[in-house]
Amino acid sequence: MTVLQLIFLLTAATTLASGMMVVASPNLVHAALWLIMALAGVTVFFVLLEAGFLAVVQVAVYIGAIAILIIFAVMLTRHVAADSQSQVTRGWWLAALASLLLFGGLLAMLTQIPTLTAGAPVLPGNPDDIVRDLGQSLVSLDQYVLPFETASVLLLAALIGAIVIALPPKAAGAEGGEP
Amino acid sequence: MIVVLTDPFGWIGQTLLGLLARLGLPVATANLLITLLSAVVLGTICMTLGALITWIERKIVARFQDRIGPNRVGPFGLLQPIADGIKLLTKETVTPNGADTVVYNLAPVLAVMSVIGLWAVIPLAPRLVGSDINVGVLYVVSIGAIGTLSIMMAGWASNNKYALLGAFRTVAQLVSYEVPMVLALLVPTLLAGSMGMGAIVEKQAGLPFIVLAPLAALIFFISSMAEAGKAPFDLLEAESEIVAGYNIEYGGLKFGMFYLGEFFHGFTIAALVAVLFLGGWQGPLASSYPLLGLIYFLAKTAVVYFGVMWVRFSFPRLRIDQLNAFNWKFLTPLTLAVVVVTAVTDKLAAQMGFSRTGALLGANALLVLATVWLIGAYARSTRRRLEPVVDESAAAAQA
Amino acid sequence: MIPLSWYLIFAAALFCIGLYGALARRNSVAIIMGIELMLNAVNINLVAFWRYITPGILAGQVFAIIVFAVAASEAAVGLALIISIYRQRSTVIAEDIDLMKW
Repeated sequence: MTVLQLIFLLTAATTLASGMMVVASPNLVHAALWLIMALAGVTVFFVLLEAGFLAVVQVAVYIGAIAILIIFAVMLTRHVAADSQSQVTRGWWLAALASLLLFGGLLAMLTQIPTLTAGAPVLPGNPDDIVRDLGQSLVSLDQYVLPFETASVLLLAALIGAIVIALPPKAAGAEGGEP
Repeated sequence: MIVVLTDPFGWIGQTLLGLLARLGLPVATANLLITLLSAVVLGTICMTLGALITWIERKIVARFQDRIGPNRVGPFGLLQPIADGIKLLTKETVTPNGADTVVYNLAPVLAVMSVIGLWAVIPLAPRLVGSDINVGVLYVVSIGAIGTLSIMMAGWASNNKYALLGAFRTVAQLVSYEVPMVLALLVPTLLAGSMGMGAIVEKQAGLPFIVLAPLAALIFFISSMAEAGKAPFDLLEAESEIVAGYNIEYGGLKFGMFYLGEFFHGFTIAALVAVLFLGGWQGPLASSYPLLGLIYFLAKTAVVYFGVMWVRFSFPRLRIDQLNAFNWKFLTPLTLAVVVVTAVTDKLAAQMGFSRTGALLGANALLVLATVWLIGAYARSTRRRLEPVVDESAAAAQA
Repeated sequence: MIPLSWYLIFAAALFCIGLYGALARRNSVAIIMGIELMLNAVNINLVAFWRYITPGILAGQVFAIIVFAVAASEAAVGLALIISIYRQRSTVIAEDIDLMKW
């Protein structure tokens, strides 16, 4: 058992345990904090996979923005009686069954493909150049500039949409109420 | 002896490695141990420096306000931080009723962790850096995000609606000011061609980036101070406002952690500005004598930190709506313009053969003039809009 | 030496946990948390395949970056919708937001 394997197993155990606490915790703020721990675990995986840029972007975007947004939403929509009601739907056992079946199917499939048991190949080129190559591939005309620009349009649309949706109702009504 | 003086850090590393190898450890484990030891040393120095910073800050604020400052405890009041520490340690820590214990205790830890974690990527001397990752600039942004999280946790876990409100506002301020900070961080990345802090410092060998991008340096300085919650952006944790904000329910050493973390964050900002814009450890003879590099770095950080303190003690506090308006209506568009202008000017200057320094300085000067003119035009139009009302009411009062 | 199958099995497990969260929870924000877990599992899959199968072609990392952008925008719009619904109907229980069916 090498050190890397040990790190992998520990992080996988932590992340999966945090994930289960996310979906099982009745207190939503606790669930959000467990989500942050799961996201931090995924960061460690990105570092293990030598995708350092993605690891810091994960911390900055997911933990620094999305998780805080989720915590805000939880705190702004808290209902006094909500914590005492049941947190799962009536058919939760069906959902659990579906998840277990899916996992079992994926596990069976993954352990039967022989090429998946090989180790990691050597990274071609200098690992320090990955960030530069990534940046160039996102804007070069024969690589991925189109998905990049589409993603930026999507982000702009989401920004405008979120602001318009979350405007207080009186401001929106006053603008649209006059004939 | 000469080796010790010219490269003390390398000599210490080699000696420790030799010592551990003689004890029979394999090289990899010895390296790991030395890395861990240096991390512990860096963390300890950071905490001690944080305590010293409080003394420096109190002495300087006293001089700004024409008084002397702490001078009772030890010569020149140097033992004042120790006295403060003993006071905070011996205070009773009261956990509020209904507080979420784990989150309540974890928040100050995360707050301090996010500040000390920043020092892992700051190059202190030519070959002395905690971890020279090639995405150091983005790492700075991410660790700042963890600090934001800790404030949210502190505000919620206190089971106090004023703490929660203060935490909401603080997080809104921090998240808003991340935008100009990240954009301003793009400018040294552009100029150096790399996101690694070591590479950025090395590219400033001839000319610090503050000459090439003064506007970006100023914007980074301002937005980092807002990120650290230092005045004039400290509405949310000042003692006289909203009952001290998110750390109202913290006492004793937990409050001390927040306090220390905030003060040290100011110093860390000064270190970042020194590294990114002033050249870090660059200076005459620095690359051959790393100790000189460390001294240059500390001197530059001290100068910038004096600037931080100067601004802190000179300006009145901004209100939350003034904060937000300043950020979204002024700072973010300006930073976007700075990034675009810098990128375009850099490429054009390289292609057309102009001097890079001259072109960038000219572009910055043009931007400053354009901004000042725009603000002047806005102020003039506002004054013109408001003047007739004043005249009419004055005429009506006279008649 | 960590074989690729370990990463894929872990990502499958995380995806299934997120799937359970998205299907079985009543609170809308908890459903969004489950969706975020699923998106993270997908990201790990993408980067693992990039690292092990085609480390020379950066498409894996680019895809992961686009997934980051999509997840961020979806979380923002989704949470804005939830807050707006909470203002109108004072509830975030997904089962109670059923105005369109009688």
